[in-house]
Amino acid sequence: MKTLLEHLRVLNYTLRRLLLTPNATLLNILIIGIALSLPVGGYVLLKSVQTLGSKIAGTPQISVFLASGTGSADIERIGDKLKQHAGIKSIEFVSREVALKKLQQSSGMSDVIGGLSQNPLPDAFVVYPKDGNVKALEALRDELKTWPRFEHVQLDSAWIHKLEALLDFGRMAVAILAALLSFALIAITFNTIRLQILTRREEIEVAKLIGATDAFIRRPFLYFGLTQGLLGGIAAWLLVAISLQLLNHQVGNLTQLYASNFSLQHLSLADSITLLGFSAYLGWLGAWFSVSQHLWQIEPR
Amino acid sequence: MIKFNQVYKRYPGGHEALKNLSFDVAEGEMVYLTGHSGAGKSTLLKLVAAIERPSSGGVLVKGQNIRSIKPAAIPQLRRNIGLIFQDHKLLFDRNAFDNVMLPLQICGFEHRESAKRVRAALDKVGLLDREKANPVALSGGEQQRLCIARAIVNRPTILLADEPTGNLDAEYSNEIMNIFKSFHQVGVTLLISTHDEGILRQFPARALHLKKGELQA
Repeated sequence: MKTLLEHLRVLNYTLRRLLLTPNATLLNILIIGIALSLPVGGYVLLKSVQTLGSKIAGTPQISVFLASGTGSADIERIGDKLKQHAGIKSIEFVSREVALKKLQQSSGMSDVIGGLSQNPLPDAFVVYPKDGNVKALEALRDELKTWPRFEHVQLDSAWIHKLEALLDFGRMAVAILAALLSFALIAITFNTIRLQILTRREEIEVAKLIGATDAFIRRPFLYFGLTQGLLGGIAAWLLVAISLQLLNHQVGNLTQLYASNFSLQHLSLADSITLLGFSAYLGWLGAWFSVSQHLWQIEPR
Repeated sequence: MIKFNQVYKRYPGGHEALKNLSFDVAEGEMVYLTGHSGAGKSTLLKLVAAIERPSSGGVLVKGQNIRSIKPAAIPQLRRNIGLIFQDHKLLFDRNAFDNVMLPLQICGFEHRESAKRVRAALDKVGLLDREKANPVALSGGEQQRLCIARAIVNRPTILLADEPTGNLDAEYSNEIMNIFKSFHQVGVTLLISTHDEGILRQFPARALHLKKGELQA
């Protein structure tokens, strides 16, 4: 109870100190907020792209486009041959008429297609392989390429792997950015606390003379770092939220053109809590470094 | 209560501030520390409060050896010692009340109880009506009394005063000595450094005379 009251007292004191210099406080919080919002924003974008990718990817499939002029007897023969292949689970025939209809429905290009005088699309098989492994898929694709009357064989999941590699690259970039800016946050807090310790040198000295423990002297500085970090985290969250709102407006315009309903998702509750906890922890850490670096230098004489 | 045994204090550079000091101060005793400035009075007081450590010899304060005391044990020792400084060491970013409150906050007293104690201490030194004043606005004598209020609010068993009447005229000095006398009467151990002959005559007590760091008979 006594310690709880003491902590509440220090917290109250810390908040009053923050309000005492509103401009400096606001500036610090904003700097921390901007620094944190960069990796957090990157993370949010990556996550949205990733969910988009997995939505589209589904199960891997190979599209086989037949040479134009392939007769229905040939098509049936090829279909049977495909069905008997050991590496293939199932197949689906998409005639050129069906393909055209699908295209008209799905991508908002009906105007363009409506203007065509004849159907430019070939007949096609969609092949669902048994093994989803990239190597197996590629082997199957290469084998099918050698079959007669196959004009073009396309492994549809190839771009997903490229996207995945790109996402890995993005993740690494965000991680590096996060690490660097975390150091920046620690450095900002370190410096703020250093200045505070210097200006409150006298108070610290007197407190030591009348029997203050190191913990007592350290506490307000640690609280300050913690609170500043937390407020910086909240600022970052708000910056990301506002940016996403603005971006989603633009994305809305963009996806309408492509007839899809993709939108950027904001941080989940768990991610938000992690962000705030992490920023508060970094603030505390910066303050702790600063206090342990500078406090011992102030000894009463 | 305080025991010095062949204490030497040398500073880096070879200056010997205290030489071969041995004396005792009993519990509840009031003792003057006299001598010219530079005789080592302040150094002696700093040893008692563990602000400095002796170079050799033993300094025992309430049974604790200052020479080997652990840093973590120093706060607890200082809470039992009221320190009164010549330059007051008051904090100008808060009013008189909060200055006196500081030792109680450090000890973790509950707010209502400590407010009562602060007012009692301010009353004792005659500053109860100035509790809202910033120390800057107080006269030299009032600042010194405020410093005393801060030193006693925690009810320490030892009071150390370094030239408490140094810059004050006779009237203020007497006021302050009367306050000390009242603490002496309730059993507080006092060690007061001074070079004010008038005080020594008016409030007689045992005096330790220092000369160039050595105790004079």
